[in-house]
Amino acid sequence: MNEWPLWEIFIRSQHGLAHKHVGSLHAPDAEMAIKNARDVYTRRNEGVSIWVVKSSEITATAPSEKQALFEPANSKVYRHPTFFPMPEEVKHI
Amino acid sequence: MYAQMVDTGAKKLRSLEEMPPEERAFQQRVDAEVKIEPKDWMPEAYRKTLIRQISQHAHSEIVGMLPEGNWITRAPSLKRKAILMAKVQDEAGHGLYLYAAAETLGVSRDQLVAELHSGKAKYSSIFNYPTLTWADIGAIGWLVDGAAIMNQIPLCRCSYGPYSRAMIRVCKEESFHQRQGFDIMLTLCRGTPEQKAMAQDALDRWWWPSLMMFGPPDAESVHSAQSAQWKIKILSNDELRQRFIDQTVPQADYLGIKMPDPLLKWNEASGHYDFGPIDWDELYNVVKGNGPCNRDRLRTRVRAWEEGAWVRDAALAYAEKRAARAATQPAAAMRR
Amino acid sequence: MTSDRLLFDYLLRLADSDLVLAQRLGEWVGHGPVLEEDIALTNIGLDLLGQARLWFAYASEVEARFAGAGRSEDALAFLRDSGGFRNLLLVEQPNGDYAVTMARQFYFDVWHKLLLAALTGSRDARIAEVAAKAQKEVAYHVERSADWVIRLGDGTAESHARMQTAVDDLWTYTGEMFASDEADDVLAGEGIASDLSALAAPWRATVESVLTEATLAVPTSLFMQRGGRRGVHTEHLGHMLTTMQHLQRSYPGAQW
Repeated sequence: MNEWPLWEIFIRSQHGLAHKHVGSLHAPDAEMAIKNARDVYTRRNEGVSIWVVKSSEITATAPSEKQALFEPANSKVYRHPTFFPMPEEVKHI
Repeated sequence: MYAQMVDTGAKKLRSLEEMPPEERAFQQRVDAEVKIEPKDWMPEAYRKTLIRQISQHAHSEIVGMLPEGNWITRAPSLKRKAILMAKVQDEAGHGLYLYAAAETLGVSRDQLVAELHSGKAKYSSIFNYPTLTWADIGAIGWLVDGAAIMNQIPLCRCSYGPYSRAMIRVCKEESFHQRQGFDIMLTLCRGTPEQKAMAQDALDRWWWPSLMMFGPPDAESVHSAQSAQWKIKILSNDELRQRFIDQTVPQADYLGIKMPDPLLKWNEASGHYDFGPIDWDELYNVVKGNGPCNRDRLRTRVRAWEEGAWVRDAALAYAEKRAARAATQPAAAMRR
Repeated sequence: MTSDRLLFDYLLRLADSDLVLAQRLGEWVGHGPVLEEDIALTNIGLDLLGQARLWFAYASEVEARFAGAGRSEDALAFLRDSGGFRNLLLVEQPNGDYAVTMARQFYFDVWHKLLLAALTGSRDARIAEVAAKAQKEVAYHVERSADWVIRLGDGTAESHARMQTAVDDLWTYTGEMFASDEADDVLAGEGIASDLSALAAPWRATVESVLTEATLAVPTSLFMQRGGRRGVHTEHLGHMLTTMQHLQRSYPGAQW
């Protein structure tokens, strides 16, 4: 079958800080993917900056790897702000 | 609702103890409401059932564009035309989100579309009914979208991540659909006698098929229990159907039109509406392909697909040519 | 005719072309070659319908100035017969295949973008305002339709043949876009409308550039069909209006 490739779409909204994955769509190439993304994922003016990546170009972690990659951070619990309760009187911290 | 004739492949429900270790871990995650994501281990039956359910949901959105699209060129005011176009466009978008969710399970959209066109995959029975008057457009928004919302909101909590996220996106856009339908009915019911009769006539034709949308009675839904355990079916058919009736009858009272059911009556003791028997033969026939519009709906979709093949092929051919040109002449390719 | 009558007629021309083209695009819903295109075409149709409504709203106010009362957007859209419509002949042509639809869209979009750019400088503040808003949408329309003309022209042998036929067949409707009549001349003289003939050269330049990139031959025939702004249309408009206006005409006076 002569299928249009699948693209993953990332959009950063007007006041957003980072591009968010919003979904996927089919397009024959990157330029059309961007045009389609604008039509499909920003129909309600939701986005300003659009990134498109061919789904086949994405490398992801495998679930079994979760342990090795994230374990060290989990064990360093003092990295989380909630580990240090602050006295109520101290503001803005 | 979209799982009509979806075979989960499970003969009977098993307890955690009866499951092999991998499956037990999977079921525990589901029970704990931790989302299952595309690369996670999952039972093959879960994967297959989800593909079928999500794709049938997607097919329903796409086929659902046809009965409503039927009235875009005849919408009776510019405002209604714009609203209807936007609604049908939303449905296309919903179909797209759902196909995308299904594709995370290792199947391509083209394969799914081929299954629809061959008749192997189903879509919601309701879209096999014709839209004969403008009031039908109101009835569809009010009743059919109302039923769909009822089914979709619980699915926002379903176990499969991409499906639940697609549902969240869909639900955000869906609330206007039901309101626009009700607004049409309200305008008609407050209009001329002919318009009010048009509204009543639409309710007469769409009420029972809307109730059938929720699927067969629980007792006859062989695969519901497994789907419930997998948390891809959150509420039972009968439960959803009853909620829908309870919510909708007062709306009809407000409009001043009546459901075509002489046995429909508020039951003070149960706190629900009693209602008359549903003609299940009609549902089974429609699902089998004998509804008023099954053949036309499918032919229309197949024709659009086949007549569009040269367009899709051309777009691919151009993309390939341009990529080839860029490889040999980078400067020229950047001009555009 | 007084200036207001001319202005009213002029606004109908803008509104009617947008409306008729939106109606044609609405016919594609559910029948597009791929889901993404269904969505995209509907977006364009919605944009054009929205623009039509803005022009109708202003037309209604202008009509009130000389006729006592102005007709509503629906009265204008649903209760004029084809002789009262002022759209370009180009936009009422049937959808045909995707090549025809894209060629029609492309020819119109290039002109529409140039026209709106000129109208943003109109002495009529309302025209300038509507044009400015529409311009943003139309910039995107022309990007899309030009892209498709190129993809289909330079795609496969079949798409090339279909696209060549489409650009050839529709060419005869393009001249009308640059021909002006009394209303155009008077209003252009007052700085309200733009000089249509001035749009011809830039239109041609863009069209030739895109067609060439699409590996298509630029049509050479010089004979152009006209009549839209006089209400003399092709046979297609009557059928379209029959469909579009059916409910309003069958239930006179009803609210929808």
